[in-house]
Amino acid sequence: MYIPHTDAERQQMLDGIGVDSIQDLFKDIPQDHLFPNMDLPDGLSEMEVLDQMNLLADANNSTDELISFLGAGAYDHFVPSAVDMLLRRGDFFSAYTPYQPEISQGTLQAIFEYQTLMANLTGMEISNASHYDGATAAAETVITAYYHFRKKRKSVILSPYIHPDYIQVIKTYLQALDDINIIIPETDSPEQFIKNTSSLINDDTAILIFQYPDFLGNILNFEDLINQVHENGGLTASIVYPQVLGIMKSPATMGVDFIVGEAQSLGLPLSFGGPYIGFFTTKKEFIRKISGRIVGETVDADNKRGYVLTLTAREQHIRREKATSNICSNQGLNALAVAIYLSLLGKSGFREVSNICYQKAHYLSDKISSLDGYHLVNTAPFFNEFVIECPIDASEISEKMAEIGILPGYDLGNFNSARRKQLLIAVTEKTTREDMDYFVKTLQESTNA
Amino acid sequence: MLEKTIYEISSKGRKGFRFPDLDVPSTNLPNELEREHLPLPELSELDVVRHFTNLSRLNYSIDGGFYPLGSCTMKYNPRVNEVTSRLPGFSMTHPLQPIETVQGNLLLMYLLQEWLKEITGFSAATLQPAAGAHGELVGGLIIHAYHKSRNDTKRTKILIPDSAHGTNPATSNMSGFEIVSIPTDARGNVDCKTVSDACDENTAGLMLTNPNTLGLFEEQVIEVNKIVHAAGGLVYGDGANLNALLGIVKPHDLGFDIMHINLHKTFSTPHGGGGPGSGPVVVSDFLKEFLPGPIVEIVEEGDDELPPLYGFVTPEHSIGRMKAFHGHFGILIRALTYMMIQGKNGLRSVSEHAVLNANYLMALLKGTYSLPFDRTCMHEFVLEGVWDDVPEVHALDIAKRLIDYGFHPPTNYFPLNVHEALMIEPTETESKDTLDQFAKVMLKIAAEARESPELLKEAPHHAPVKRLDEVKAARELVLCCWTPNQ
Repeated sequence: MYIPHTDAERQQMLDGIGVDSIQDLFKDIPQDHLFPNMDLPDGLSEMEVLDQMNLLADANNSTDELISFLGAGAYDHFVPSAVDMLLRRGDFFSAYTPYQPEISQGTLQAIFEYQTLMANLTGMEISNASHYDGATAAAETVITAYYHFRKKRKSVILSPYIHPDYIQVIKTYLQALDDINIIIPETDSPEQFIKNTSSLINDDTAILIFQYPDFLGNILNFEDLINQVHENGGLTASIVYPQVLGIMKSPATMGVDFIVGEAQSLGLPLSFGGPYIGFFTTKKEFIRKISGRIVGETVDADNKRGYVLTLTAREQHIRREKATSNICSNQGLNALAVAIYLSLLGKSGFREVSNICYQKAHYLSDKISSLDGYHLVNTAPFFNEFVIECPIDASEISEKMAEIGILPGYDLGNFNSARRKQLLIAVTEKTTREDMDYFVKTLQESTNA
Repeated sequence: MLEKTIYEISSKGRKGFRFPDLDVPSTNLPNELEREHLPLPELSELDVVRHFTNLSRLNYSIDGGFYPLGSCTMKYNPRVNEVTSRLPGFSMTHPLQPIETVQGNLLLMYLLQEWLKEITGFSAATLQPAAGAHGELVGGLIIHAYHKSRNDTKRTKILIPDSAHGTNPATSNMSGFEIVSIPTDARGNVDCKTVSDACDENTAGLMLTNPNTLGLFEEQVIEVNKIVHAAGGLVYGDGANLNALLGIVKPHDLGFDIMHINLHKTFSTPHGGGGPGSGPVVVSDFLKEFLPGPIVEIVEEGDDELPPLYGFVTPEHSIGRMKAFHGHFGILIRALTYMMIQGKNGLRSVSEHAVLNANYLMALLKGTYSLPFDRTCMHEFVLEGVWDDVPEVHALDIAKRLIDYGFHPPTNYFPLNVHEALMIEPTETESKDTLDQFAKVMLKIAAEARESPELLKEAPHHAPVKRLDEVKAARELVLCCWTPNQ
């Protein structure tokens, strides 16, 4: 079906090569192992495969069929129709990395605009063309800092309130660099983290990373810590949920050196966790130190404006073992989705979606915390996600609610067993007041019964 | 200028999207947190659709024409993949949903793991890596973790052939190893003697691409892998060129211990202008406990009434997570869709025709272009894009001139061990007609190089832009089209 050769053409081609059969092309293969048996089914028609795929998809309960308050790093925001319609253009999705800029100006300009939008949204000076996801973007800040200080600074301080998957990925990435010391202070609260961390900062600190809002939804001011790291000559990074930036100040105003994070919320479906897109923004002074693709503006031989991949001398295909990262792609099509999403929503629409999330989350947290036995755990401001302490284990509530099609949020017992009675609850513009009122009612009932 | 930027077409007060009215009471957010300026553009929906449609027209793509980019396997991206990956039952599932509510997703991932294991001959698979290079990093870290688990800490060196992708040495660096470069012999192989001489008690492993980046099957691969094993090292297989091997030979049978697979090359998922791809990793049985978690397994066996329950399991000595959540699920759906359509025989046919196409095209070109290693090739081959009688013409000029004739250029200047390399990979989805036309143009360009070399030196003449000033781009570093100071 996807192979166009007719029998006659195949024969002409074999004649052209000067062999009798296709098998003759495989004489270099160890003949004992040639054409192995594969215990796999026969091929199917498109109609049959669609049936099978529909069966698999129907075996799931999607967030459209459930009432979901799950967030914890992946958010169910509305994606305007125009985003996916444009992504389906084969001119975009069936193109490769723009190695031949003369015939890749579409991809290159779209990435250039993505870089501009992310820099303006985060308030940083520059953005790269993206990383695999928020977690790997965070890991790349550590590697950047490690090489920035020529491996001399060994201490990496992570807030314990960073998304647990991100902490794990950072550890995975650094495990072969034996001399790096990852410090994750044990504290009782995010406020306590800020107080206690001060004493850990010294001239061995390569980078300090925090999350904004943190994994429990708290929005705190890290300016003093950032200043202290800078006074000691180190660097700082913030992992940011981009939707918050529509109405709230960016950590850029606190002087942070890198703002990175997950941009799935900007125009991509949940898709069971991927593919997403890690954004990576920083100050101009680090441009030659960071990894990942970068698009720059230039002119052609006729002085006409155009775009190219630039600063490629940093990358693995040139520097080989001297490159600090092996990354050789970006999330191209997803960067395009983000650029389209932010262009569509624009200045007013993005403020609006950000405000709706904030207002709905505060409505819901007020309602739940007025129930007997439930209270809001966050003492700092929050955006669209917050923690509720329940009278019984969160796992028990989740089980009961699953029966009526509600996902009540993330069971924080998975994060820390001391928090087993806590639910991390997220709201987006898709959450209706009706859904929230129903949820509150069933929460009350689930603990009364 | 080809197309204005979104900031240039922005108009104050214009809107492109409307949300429902707020259905809850409004409260003020704390003053000290409030953002003042949000420097995003202001466009209508049509502004946006027209802008990005115009941009798409400036791209060359597989849909538009032949894309023989060596090492990239630019085969046709079937449309049904785009339909299945967007089924709401898949695309609207949250990664942290209880496993009972996502059994369809988990079964799909389980099936894909099984297909990949059967195709390659390995015992275990992880679908977590986001790309080929990400899969390589898994391989490097597994080699590191394996030796460490045996307290064999003196193994600090990785052997890498000089023809390898740049990601191999970069990965080894990230995995804490030093690199020992292995030269290619006169037949384009890594040979036993060289490997044997390079192996010692410090050898952690070998990273080998097979077929290699010259498009040649490594003739001594089994012996080479045995030598590395005998020295105590592991062999990593770079699976970039798996499109030549489906149903032809199982890499595990050749002695590889670990391999990554590029779903966006071999299994037809789109390249997307640079990503997202997906780079699953398969390993031999003795390494499965090192795989990054979580992987999908049956966590409760089924019976006459109930199907088995699929769930996530993290291997005991896992190197850890490679990314948040479970991998590029949307890409996994596309790859399994493709495999199910091909089936056992279709997969073998894919590789047979990929190899047939490459050898046919090579036969048409090798009299005119120098072929440094004149052997039967696999799915791709490498020519020299330079002639002694016109030394001023380079591979780059040939590449740019191809654009004028409506073809995407081959990969050039890689692999590094071929002078002025032109690396050509036609893939199985191209017809004899297309290959004939391409060859005709390649011969015409060779003639032009002698008659009017300036046609090549100044090419492309018929692209949206002429050659771009890359030095200016790197020197001036304009990386944003609009900044708040403007």
